[in-house]
Amino acid sequence: MAKNLYQKVWADHLVGPLENGQFQVFMGLHLIHEVTSPQAFGMLKAEGRHVFHPGRTFATVDHIIPTDDQRRPFSDPMAERMMAVLSDATEMHGIEFFQPNSGSQGIVHVVGPELGLTQPGITICCGDSHTSTHGAFGCIALGIGTSQVRDVLASQTLAMDPLKVRRIEVTGQLAPGVTAKDVTLHIIRILGVNGGVGYAYEYAGDVIDVMTMEERMTVCNMSIEGGARCGYINPDQTTFEYLKGRERVPSGAGFEQAVIRWAGYASDPDASYDDVVVIDGSAIEPTVTWGVTPGQALGISERIPDPAAAEGLDQELMTDALRYMQLEADAPIKGTKVDVAFIGSCTNGRLSDFQAVAAAIQGYKVAPDVRAIAVPGSVRCAAPEEEGLADIFKDAGFEWRLAGCSMCLAMNADKLVGDEVCASSSNRNFMGRQGSSSGRTILMSPIMVAAAAIQGAVADAREVFQLEKTS
Amino acid sequence: MNDLVKRSGRGIYVQGNDIDTDRIIPARFLKCVTFDELGPALFYDERFDTQDVSKGHILDAPAHQGASVMISDANFGCGSSREHAPQALQKFGFEVIIAESFAEIFQGNCTTLGMPCLVMDKAQRKALASLVGHHPDAEFLIDLQAQTLTFANERFSFTMKDSSREAFLTGRYDPLDELLVAHEAIQAVAARLHYSDQSG
Ligand code: SF4
Repeated sequence: MAKNLYQKVWADHLVGPLENGQFQVFMGLHLIHEVTSPQAFGMLKAEGRHVFHPGRTFATVDHIIPTDDQRRPFSDPMAERMMAVLSDATEMHGIEFFQPNSGSQGIVHVVGPELGLTQPGITICCGDSHTSTHGAFGCIALGIGTSQVRDVLASQTLAMDPLKVRRIEVTGQLAPGVTAKDVTLHIIRILGVNGGVGYAYEYAGDVIDVMTMEERMTVCNMSIEGGARCGYINPDQTTFEYLKGRERVPSGAGFEQAVIRWAGYASDPDASYDDVVVIDGSAIEPTVTWGVTPGQALGISERIPDPAAAEGLDQELMTDALRYMQLEADAPIKGTKVDVAFIGSCTNGRLSDFQAVAAAIQGYKVAPDVRAIAVPGSVRCAAPEEEGLADIFKDAGFEWRLAGCSMCLAMNADKLVGDEVCASSSNRNFMGRQGSSSGRTILMSPIMVAAAAIQGAVADAREVFQLEKTS
Repeated sequence: MNDLVKRSGRGIYVQGNDIDTDRIIPARFLKCVTFDELGPALFYDERFDTQDVSKGHILDAPAHQGASVMISDANFGCGSSREHAPQALQKFGFEVIIAESFAEIFQGNCTTLGMPCLVMDKAQRKALASLVGHHPDAEFLIDLQAQTLTFANERFSFTMKDSSREAFLTGRYDPLDELLVAHEAIQAVAARLHYSDQSG
């Protein structure tokens, strides 16, 4: 019988049914970091258990790591403590740890694909919701809680409920200056922040087919913001080419065999789905958020919606969102003043993101009253010195930092102050997300953040950088 | 009478759709290596201003101190997978959460911690929220087997995710022992999958 990718991966990794009606599923790759895993090692210790398969778990440090000075001990004693606990636990249990000086450190969802740990047809889990990113490679990648991190450490398996699968076909061709980030914000705007509850999202269609792996990761990354437990894209030639030659990918004949196996996981052409949604990609504009959830988004040329046109609790929530954001109904979003510009995160902090911005910003300067920071997602994507990426950003007035999550959630020193407005390439515009309880976040693509930084206000990157003509 | 299937306690209504885990526990409180100290940080930025002065949030209303049943609205617990959020709710004193719907990872985390997530429709929740406001001292009686809730002489019904309800009915909400029993089956699955060795 024809199957979709989710069904194939599930069948291959199924250990068996559990008493409560759930299923036990084998996890091929377990990624851990300092925020959600030290407690799991504590639980193991308290329960007298050991790590079942240390070779399938890999650790990095990303959330709390400073991006200005990464020498130990870190200036924040609590950050240092978390780092020390993870370091000790990984050493004790024989788990490979990509430390800052290892040359491979970075945000967990940037590091996995970069090294080639992330591969098609496998199951991946990590105590972090944006694990959905890895689905870009055609695998089932799930964010889990700390008790489940404990479960995976102890058993290499998870108790799971099967998901339904919704195929989202993005048809047509993106207009010049429209990016993967705009596609994902647009999808969430249409399907809602909880439209995906109970589903895995399969992204497909012409727009997705021509995307690079980095762009696919941006789309899958935000599946979780649409309520889906995971998102994936069927593996194809683009996937295999990306993986070829990566450090943790087999080489030579091993690679050829792997490609045959990987290709077999792609959804069969006549596979069935629990739901299918078709979205016209040609109609997508550069998209930005106006509110406090990623679904409260609009095209750059649109006006902020009026709560008066909504009903009931929705109306209250829209009103609250506008009050928090200090924005007015029916005003254009374009021209909204910004104080901070942040390019980074596991959504849009990859090498290609910085390359795309670098290609546009030469000769431009960040507006004098804007604080602009660029934070690479990993040591490796900051590495190509010969491209002079850092210098291009610095010349334009950006600070160029060391790798980490940084202002995506502000667990280190990189924070908004007071009610500053931040044009951000990250994934969450929740109240207080960027480190100030009154700080305001406007989500957008990296090129749109660059445009906002230069204009000092939310702007259309296509106009600022004349993208329509050049692409 | 707080066994696994029957729960009781006083209630509180915390209004809002899409209450995300960043609001439940702001990121700066995630700097910890155990979950023990998280209770006081629950909803911190909604309850206190930047000088740590109370903003008069419902959670701090004297009438609702000691409440153990929280009622909220749609998509409760969305956002990050951080178990810090359910841990903070539990350490604060909550034992049951009622909402229109729950984010999936959050719901799973709550189950593992022994904290049932009850799904209740809008009309009933509205009635319940208003009753709780008028009777902060009254006790909820919750029966997970019958999926009924009694409060101030009124009866309400709810649903639960099947596997989660089953977990409470069988007392197996922490799955780890059962997962470990399958030791040989796990090895068999590992052996039949053609994973490459990825160690560096
Ligand atoms: S970059 Fe942001 S969303 Fe991604 S893992 Fe780090 S904190 Fe989470």
